[in-house]
Formats: sequence, C-alpha cells, structure tokens
Amino acid sequence: MDLAGLAVGWYLALSVALFAIGGAGLLVRRNPLVMFMCVELMLNAVNVAFVALGAGLNDVGGQVAVFFVLVVAATEVVIGLALVVAINRRRSGATADDVSLLKG
Amino acid sequence: MIEAAWLICAFPLAGFAVLLALGRRLGEPRAGWLATAAMAGSFVTSVAVFFSLMGRDPAERRFVVTLFEWIPAGDFSVDAGLLVDPLSVTMALFVTGVGALIHLYAIGYMHGDGDFSKFFVYLNLFAFSMLVLVLGDSLALTFLGWEGVGVCSYLLISFWFTDEANATAGKKAFITNRVGDWGFMLAMFWAFGALGSVRYLDLFGQAGSLSSTTATAIVILLFVGAAGKSAQLPLHIWLPDAMAGPTPVSALIHAATMVTAGVYLMVRVNPLIAVADAWAPDVIAWVGVATALFAAGAAMAQNDIKKVLAYSTISQLGYMMLAVGTGAYVAAIFHMVTHAFFKALLFLGSGSVIHALDGDQDMRRYGALRAAMPVTAVTFIVGWLAIAGVPPFAGFWSKDEILAYAWDASPALWLVGIVTAVLTAFYMSRLVFMTFYGEARHSSDAHPHEPSRLMTAPLVMLAAAAVVAGGLNLPFTKDLHFMGAWLEPSLFGNEAHLGLGGGAQWLLALVSMAGAAIGIAGAAAVYLQHRLPASRVELPAAARAFYVDEAWTRFVGGPGRRAFEGVAAFDANVVDGAVDGVGRSVRAGGAVLRRVQSGFVRSYALLTAAGAVALLVWFLVRTSF
Amino acid sequence: MAEAVFVVSAVIILAGAIGVVASRNPVHAALFLVQTLVGVAVLFVLNDAHFLAAVQVVVYAGAIVILFLFVIMLLGVDKAEELRIEPIFGQRPLAAVVGAALAAVLGAVVITGADVLTGLRRAGGERSLDGDATDIERMGRVLFGEFAFAVEITAALLTVAVVGAVVLTRRASRSDASETAGAAP
Repeated sequence: MDLAGLAVGWYLALSVALFAIGGAGLLVRRNPLVMFMCVELMLNAVNVAFVALGAGLNDVGGQVAVFFVLVVAATEVVIGLALVVAINRRRSGATADDVSLLKG
Repeated sequence: MIEAAWLICAFPLAGFAVLLALGRRLGEPRAGWLATAAMAGSFVTSVAVFFSLMGRDPAERRFVVTLFEWIPAGDFSVDAGLLVDPLSVTMALFVTGVGALIHLYAIGYMHGDGDFSKFFVYLNLFAFSMLVLVLGDSLALTFLGWEGVGVCSYLLISFWFTDEANATAGKKAFITNRVGDWGFMLAMFWAFGALGSVRYLDLFGQAGSLSSTTATAIVILLFVGAAGKSAQLPLHIWLPDAMAGPTPVSALIHAATMVTAGVYLMVRVNPLIAVADAWAPDVIAWVGVATALFAAGAAMAQNDIKKVLAYSTISQLGYMMLAVGTGAYVAAIFHMVTHAFFKALLFLGSGSVIHALDGDQDMRRYGALRAAMPVTAVTFIVGWLAIAGVPPFAGFWSKDEILAYAWDASPALWLVGIVTAVLTAFYMSRLVFMTFYGEARHSSDAHPHEPSRLMTAPLVMLAAAAVVAGGLNLPFTKDLHFMGAWLEPSLFGNEAHLGLGGGAQWLLALVSMAGAAIGIAGAAAVYLQHRLPASRVELPAAARAFYVDEAWTRFVGGPGRRAFEGVAAFDANVVDGAVDGVGRSVRAGGAVLRRVQSGFVRSYALLTAAGAVALLVWFLVRTSF
Repeated sequence: MAEAVFVVSAVIILAGAIGVVASRNPVHAALFLVQTLVGVAVLFVLNDAHFLAAVQVVVYAGAIVILFLFVIMLLGVDKAEELRIEPIFGQRPLAAVVGAALAAVLGAVVITGADVLTGLRRAGGERSLDGDATDIERMGRVLFGEFAFAVEITAALLTVAVVGAVVLTRRASRSDASETAGAAP
C-alpha cells in the first residue's frame, strides 16, 4: 500500500475535475464521435473515484465496479458508433444538432 | 321445493327471452299463449313453494335462496338472493295468479294489434321484474325490480306511442317515478352507511342498533319512494295519465301489482318503522288517508271510465298506506290482495265495455249495457259491491279491518276513512249505473256485444275470487284470522294490537255498512231516479282533480324551471368550467413546455446535467443542514 | 514518490481531457483520449489495481479508441469542426455554468464527505485487499462468487449489443429498399 500517505480526497478531486470537463465537452461539442469521447471521459472519472475509494476502504468491490463500468462502456461505444454509422449513411457529415426531427 | 323458488322468476324471464327472440315468428296468438304459460308455470311454482312453506314450523318460514354473487366491490357485496317468507310468497302468489289471468285476457283484448307479440314481451318482462321486486332479499335487488317495473310501465303506457298523448303519459309516469326513486336510493345508501348492508335480514337483525333519527330518515325516504310508486299525494299525478296504456296493462300494472309495490316495501321494512320516531308512521297514515279522500273526491266527477278506476286505485292505495301507518300490516296486505282481485276485475270489465263500444271510454255515451253483455255486467257488479264495501264481498272485510285499526290509532283518521268509503260507494255506483243501467246513450252504429270466452273466463274467475277472498282473514275469532297468522313471521311482532272489543268492532262495521248503503243510495237517487241533476255532485274542481296537476305545472314551469335552470347554469359554468379548465390549463402548459422538446440532444443533455446539479444541491442541503 | 506520480498523472489526465474537448479535429481528440486513458491506467497501478490497469490500456486505449478512429476514417468525418460557432442559442454559456456548477457541487460533496469517508468501513474476508492474494485472484473470487449473476447479465448485455450493432449497421437489401420506397407516399 504505497498510497498510505495520499488521501482519497485528492483522487476524488481529480475525478470531479475530469467529470466536469467531460460533461462540459458533451454539452459543447457537436460531433457525435467527440461527444462519445466526452462520455468516456466522464466514465473514467467515475472509475478513478471507484478505484480510489475501494483502496481507501480496503475493498475490492471498487475494482469490481470498474470492471462492470468497462463492460458497459464497451457496449455503449459499440451501439453508439453503430448509430453514428447508420445516421451518416443517410446523411453524410451529420452533427448531433442535425438529428433534431423528434421535437415537440 | 323452496330451493326451486328461483323458478318463480325464471319462468317469466324465459318467456321474455323466447318472445324477444322469436315473438314475431310465433305471431298471434301463439306468442300470447306462450307468455300466459310462463305466468301459469310461475303461479304453479308459487303455489308449490307456498305449500312447502306451510308445511314448516311458523318460526322456520324464512329462507334465503342465494343465487349468485351480484355486486362484489371491496367490503360491499350484494348477492342476488331470494327471500322466501310468507310476505313475499303472498305477493308472488297474487302477482302470478292475477298476472296469469290478465295475460289470458290480453290474448283476446290485443287481438289484431300489429304489435301483438311485443305486448307480451313487455308483459313477461314486467312480471319478471315484479317478482324480483317482491322476492329480492336485499334493498338493492328490490330496487332492480323496482326500476324494471318502472321501465315496463313506461313501455306499456306508451305502447301505442304513435299517439303523442300516450307517449307523453309514459314520460310523465317515468319522470314522476324518478322523484320516488331518488328517495329509495338515498334510503338505501343511508341504510348501508348506517348498518353496512342492504340485505333485509341484516337490516332487520341490526335495526335495534339504529338511532331513531336514522331510522326515521330511512323510513321517510323509503316512503318517498313508495309514494312515487304507489301514487300517493302529491306524486299521484302519473297514474290517471297512465290509463293511456292498453286496458290489460292498466289492470295488471296500474291496479293490481306494480302500484302496490310501495305498500309492499313499507310492510317489508316494518322493523325499521318500529324503530323510527312515532311521527314517521303518523306521516304515512295521514298521507295515505288524505290520498284516499282526495282521489275518491276526484273520482266523483270523472267521465272517462278508466279515469274513475284510476282515481279509485289511488284511493284504495291510500287505504293501504293508512293501514301501514297505523301498524296494521296484515290489513294492508289483505286489502292489497282483495283489491288486486276486484280492481283487476273492474279494469278487465271496463276493458270489455270499451272493446264492445269500439274504444269509446266516455261513460256519458254508455248506458243499459246490462242486457247486451250479461257476463261482463254480472262480474262487474260483483266487483262494484266488493269495492263499495258491501258484505260479504272481499272488499268489505279488508277495508273494515283497516278502518278498525284507524279508529284505534285516531278517530280522526277513521272519520276521513269512513267519508272516503261513502264517496267510494257513490262513485262506483255512479260508474255502474251510468254504464249498465239507465237508457242507452251510445251511438246507433255501435253494437255492444259480449267479448270472447278468452276474455270472459278471467272475469268470472276474478269475480269468484272477489266474492270469497274475504275468507282469507275473517275477524270473528282468532282462528279465522288466517292471513294474520300466516304473515306473523314476516312482521317480527310489529303488528299493532287492536284494542277494540268485539262490540265496538261490530259497531264500526255497522257504520261502514251504513256508509256504503248511503253512497249507493245517493248515487241511485242521482243517476237512476234523477232526483238531483248530476251537475250538482260533479264539481268542476273534482273533475280537474283539484288542480294538483295544474299546480305541478305552474311550479315546474315557473319557480321550479328557474331553479333547475340555475342548477344547469351552475353545472355548465362551474362544474364544466372546472373540468374544461383543467383540460385548458394542461393544454396551455403543454404548449409552453413543448418548446423544451427542441429535438437537440445537447439541450436535453444540458437539462439532464442541470437536473443532476439540482439533485446534488438538494442532497447537500439535506445532509449539511 | 506516490505523490509525485499522482501529480504527474493528474496533469497528464486533465491535459488530455481538455485536449479532447478543445481539439477541432476528431482524430486529435481521439489521441488526446488515449493520453487521458493511459494516465488513468497509471493511477490504477498506483492503487494496486494491476489487472484493471492492463484492461484499461488493452481494451480502452487499444480497442475502443481504435474503434473510434476506425469509424472516423470510415465515415470521413475527420474534417476540422468549427468550434467558434454555436447553433443552439445560449448553449455554450449555459454549458459553462452547468459544468462549473457540477464541479463546484461535486467538490462540495467531496469536501463535506471526506471526513466521513476515510476509515468508514474496512472490508474483511474475501473482499479485503490485505493478504497475499493478487488483485486478479480477489476480483475473480468476488466476480464469480458474489457477483456471478451480474456477470451473467453482463454477458447477455454484450450479446444484445453485438446483435444490435449488426442490425443497426446492416445495409438494407434491395428488396427492403424498394418496399420502403413503395410505402413512402
């Protein structure tokens, strides 16, 4: 345990920063691929928090949670990219704003 | 055999179903015979149930035959069950018996009518509803029958609906009865609210735990219902108009059976009346006797033969209510039975006369029909003597018993009753004299004739019943008080005890015999010997039934109409406004909120993030402060 | 030593994240994403999560980012995106506000919760990180013991995702296309 001197709080602070950056990017970027990357950033922020808290609480459960998050992230990327491909096939170079027919 | 009591209802229902499906194909007269057979089957079953009930110990003469669970709703559940006890079986017996005879008569009377089979569809449906009414083991089931007979009454009054007046009469009967139904329903709700059940046996078993105020309210509300159905003041106005229906209908529904439903209901709930405040039965008695006097007065001056009989029916129903109010339940049922016989007889007889004179109902154009139609005349005269209270005919015994109890309760009630009896004898004699005696006043091209055997046979049977029915309940000794002993289990000891000695009873009977004699003699003086012009006794106010109808019209057309319009405006503006307002505000809100659905996925993400921030803030605030 | 590693990794991670968000070319964004992911992997190593670190590099930085790049190349959307224009009115300032608020609120949560979190619970038994077992061994025991059902569900999820991806990207056959054309008014 070589993190004995390092408080969990620092990891959490990093996680918060990473999460906020990813969230802001998701809101600002229009390219769906980049938006997915921002989602990946947010997921990684959560992963950092999980692992750090797991280490702090002496629990392998944190790592197990990260394992499941990885799996879900993989599926999400697969489906998301499939959607991007399907949309781009009908309409080349579409951004997230172009897909806005479903409105009230 | 008692378990087969459901057959009593099932026969007319089956008849109704078959006729509804195949009536037109069966045609005349087979449809009529089928309906009559259904009624006869029902009557035979009733007789069988009667005898098996007779075979039991008096204390055990009460059965509930549960058929199926009718309304299961949470704690509230109503089973469709039949309450077989002496009272309901008595009702079933005379409803099916008189009903079968009238069905038979109708085969002849409705001969040649285009809607012959439809008439019997309605008649059988009516019989079924009436039997559900009397045999139902709960207020709810009785109410089902109550509404059923109301519908059939409406359908049959306006049977010849192509005539505007008939359709209007049907509507009038229906709407007037709604007022009564309102009372019935409120009473039912109240009883359920107070005791948690609408089954008669539950109600009666727990009647003692009711506060007298609650019991009084329930009884009065039920009486409102009974007043509507049994044509008591001031809700009687529909019955004279109901004569627009075919005469067998008038005989069956508007004289013998349906209109007695109100009296039956009041007798049925006698344990509740026993718990109610003392003024409740007084109200019933006084409304009854006032109705009796009022209707007898109106009958004095009617020229339409059926109108005379209609007012006479109202008057006799008033007697029955008087009996209920004075606690003379046996006398009420006794009079109901005898009245069913002689009033059905009189109506059917009048039907024969109308039939013979090609539909003319005005007695001023009758006269001297005795020779042309002897059977009708003889049977009619039997009915006349019965209703006029001439011993030993049935009406004398039943009416006298009611009057004896009335004297016991209050001499004032008796006095009004005896005056009514005199008037009854007078107007019935007037009817008989104008129709069967005197000089013939009908037009020369009318050829009065005796109707077919099909129609005279019921007359003869009913006449026989009207002669001997008094034997059901003779006052001389306790052993001869058959009906009193028989109905005992249904009355739970609530029957009033007659405090009169034998001598006083004899005296009262003599007075009422004298009253009948005075009435008949008076009518003979006016209408046979013409010592007095008829216009002196036929008061215009009586001819217009003392302007009750006009008063209703003025009220409903004037302040009533304004009140109802106010209610309607309240409904349209406030109630509908609230409902519409909800819809409108939802639509307006939606029109605003739909802009949020921009279709831009990044806007949604923004809102989601904002929501997450808000949630986090909320959690922070909750944990920190 | 650990502090130094953490600080360096944190700088790399945040720089990579800002690069993802700020780079106009999606290819560059993907490369910045690799930078962030590798930084996170280093932090995993620092926390003795060696298996996760390996998975992070192999699956995330390897497979997933390659998939991103592959799609970018396939669709030819590697053109630079004009970041100065924002079509949705108020989106960018609001995004800044919400992002800042998110950071602030989460920071507040961390600060208020830090005292509560540390030493709150020391897991014992199989889930404890003490002892001689490697992290792979511990994860294996927990995953296929306590979380066996969740693992099965995840397997089903992956299968569904594969089928879904195939269905979504399948090119409509000629007959399907003509039917669709015929159905359209």
